[in-house]
Amino acid sequence: MTGRMVLLQALLTEHYDLFLIPGLPFLAALVIAGFCLRPPRERLAPALLIPALTGSLILSVRALAEVGREGVPLTVSYAWLWVGSARLDIGCLADGLSCVMLVVVCTVSLLVQIYSIGYMKGEIGYGRYFAFMSIFSGSMLGLVISDNLLQTYIFWELVGICSYLLIGFWYRRPSAAAAAKKAFVVTRFGDLGFMVAIILIFSQKWWTFNFQQIAGMAHGGNIAAAAATPLALLLFCAAVGKSAQFPLHIWLPDAMEGPTPVSALIHAATMVAAGVYLVARCYALFAIAPVALFVVALIGAITLFLAATMGVAENDIKRVLAYSTISQLGYMMMALGVGGYVAGVFHLTTHAFFKALLFLTAGSVIHAIHTNDMWKMGGLGKRMPITAVTCLLGALALAGIFPLSGFWSKDEILSAAWFSHLPGHWFFFAAGLVTVFLTAFYMFRLWFLTFAGEPRSEEAAHAHESPWVMGGPLVLLAALAVVAGGLKCLVPGTGHGFGAVVGTGHGEEAVSHAAMALSILAALAGIGLAWAAYRARLVSPAAFNARFPAVHALLKNAWYFDQGWRWFATRVVLAGSGLAAWFDRHVVNGMVDGVAWLSGWASRQLRTAQTGQVQFYAIVLTAAVVAGLLAVLAREASLLQLFQVRP
Amino acid sequence: MNEPMVIPIQAYLIVSTLLFAIGLMAVLTRRNAIAVLMGIELMLNAANINFVVFWRYGGGQGMEGLVFAITVIALAAAEAAIALAIILNVYRRFKTVNVDQINLMRG
Repeated sequence: MTGRMVLLQALLTEHYDLFLIPGLPFLAALVIAGFCLRPPRERLAPALLIPALTGSLILSVRALAEVGREGVPLTVSYAWLWVGSARLDIGCLADGLSCVMLVVVCTVSLLVQIYSIGYMKGEIGYGRYFAFMSIFSGSMLGLVISDNLLQTYIFWELVGICSYLLIGFWYRRPSAAAAAKKAFVVTRFGDLGFMVAIILIFSQKWWTFNFQQIAGMAHGGNIAAAAATPLALLLFCAAVGKSAQFPLHIWLPDAMEGPTPVSALIHAATMVAAGVYLVARCYALFAIAPVALFVVALIGAITLFLAATMGVAENDIKRVLAYSTISQLGYMMMALGVGGYVAGVFHLTTHAFFKALLFLTAGSVIHAIHTNDMWKMGGLGKRMPITAVTCLLGALALAGIFPLSGFWSKDEILSAAWFSHLPGHWFFFAAGLVTVFLTAFYMFRLWFLTFAGEPRSEEAAHAHESPWVMGGPLVLLAALAVVAGGLKCLVPGTGHGFGAVVGTGHGEEAVSHAAMALSILAALAGIGLAWAAYRARLVSPAAFNARFPAVHALLKNAWYFDQGWRWFATRVVLAGSGLAAWFDRHVVNGMVDGVAWLSGWASRQLRTAQTGQVQFYAIVLTAAVVAGLLAVLAREASLLQLFQVRP
Repeated sequence: MNEPMVIPIQAYLIVSTLLFAIGLMAVLTRRNAIAVLMGIELMLNAANINFVVFWRYGGGQGMEGLVFAITVIALAAAEAAIALAIILNVYRRFKTVNVDQINLMRG
């Protein structure tokens, strides 16, 4: 076999094309940043990014089909560095989980970019927008396809910085700049856990960061629960920051300051799901750490309920969707926590489609009437039929109405909680069920306020439907939101159901028909209440608020979390810093100052000896010599014999 | 050669000690810098006497004492030249050669 043939075979078997999946958007980013930042060439930016993403999508679909057919993950990796005995790799791992995620990211990103052409038209910084979007897409795909924790961490931070840059896209607006900073700082808070986890792996001397090897060690019983628990909790800490879980959820509603397509892509479908993905990716570790799993479920349950209640009292259309996203991410976390691995990942997939759709419809409305306030909308259903219908489909999917995608995934989560062996699984099921009701309520409150009834402002009365470059992605995403539930039975191209594709080794999950019925009833009740309160005016929300002002204030202020964190930052952190500053100023600095003062004092005493009188020095010198001589003579009296010279 | 010594070594040492003390007194008490310099010369010569005397009476085989004395004389000459130059410059700067008035280096 010649060398060339060996090389050819390596190229065919080693799956180098996996590197192209994140590589193509990065390449697009490079070209856009180099040539298309300013007008007039900035118009070319989407023409570079969209083909790159199409290429990534094709490669991802091909990888998914191959993995689904063969049932064996595709891998490729290079040694990057040796640190001690640890080999740090740069590599790709395409198994069922990452392939599904790749396809989701590519699809949503592609549709959002097409939508952005219309939405961002005429904005200052059009080229910059697409450059950031390209970097984000590449980083997100890189995060998903990473085969080891360290590489994941690198891309994890990259998507974080892209999120910062895009939230602050309109950086001249102080609120946008502040929101960008808040998002960055709060997620960094969680990312600290990721870094400590990596250090912990080093200190445990596993000598590997590879997901498959770590999973192999966990399955093989080579990792003690005592070692896995802190590690899993630290990784979950990072996920809490990134996926906006309680108590670090406060950044996501503010992140709505960014352009709406950014919210759809980064803060609904992909980046915020990275936390869920990380937990799913390291699920082998969580599986042998029951305490960590319980914490995941608990935090998820708290988040999904709290965020849903916050969404009920919000008037900004995008912030309602942001709270909804937090709540749905809570569902995914809870699913993973109660052992519903496939359910969590499945909900991640369907949620990516219908939540991106909902954000894009909200963007379409905002594009038409230039306000986020739902009380200035109304009656838009007649003027923007495509937006209204697609939004309705998204809302039905989110509420979990049969047979849309959200129904199947949410039902799987509730079933997982129902059948879970975790202590207190009835609490998790109840939280999930109550939140189904709340979800349906706030979603249809949004829909009725926006699209039904009469226009409540001049702009709303004269709104026009968005152009097709925006409407097209809406229709495609709506189609996906409707049919994505079918993935449960068959993932196209693989010949297997969703669970078989992603759930290697985590077992099949049962479905409870009782849970199904209860969740449908809860959702219908929520829709009914929203209809009664905001469409038919049968019950008055204002009367409720007047009756229970405390509840209204609590929800309106999002349970005072912002205030709580501000109190924590200003009272606890600043007080601690003040104490540290005092110690530094008076103890550490005091010691340094003391040494300086002592030598200064000694110098002042010694300077009096410097009379400037040369004869004084000579006297001192003489006196010293004489004194020294006398001292020596006194000790060594025998020296006198020196003077007794022989005659 | 082996004539008995008529002058004991103590006599020389008394002379040199006196000379050194006189020189030292001049260095310590005279205000005129030239006089101080002269005192230094006296002290050097007292040392010279000691070198020669100890060489002569110490029974040294070599020429060390004489060589030291010659070296000191040469050194004294050089020192006198430098010291006079310094004094000259001091006079130009301060218009005086009184060492107690020159106390610029007082701390």
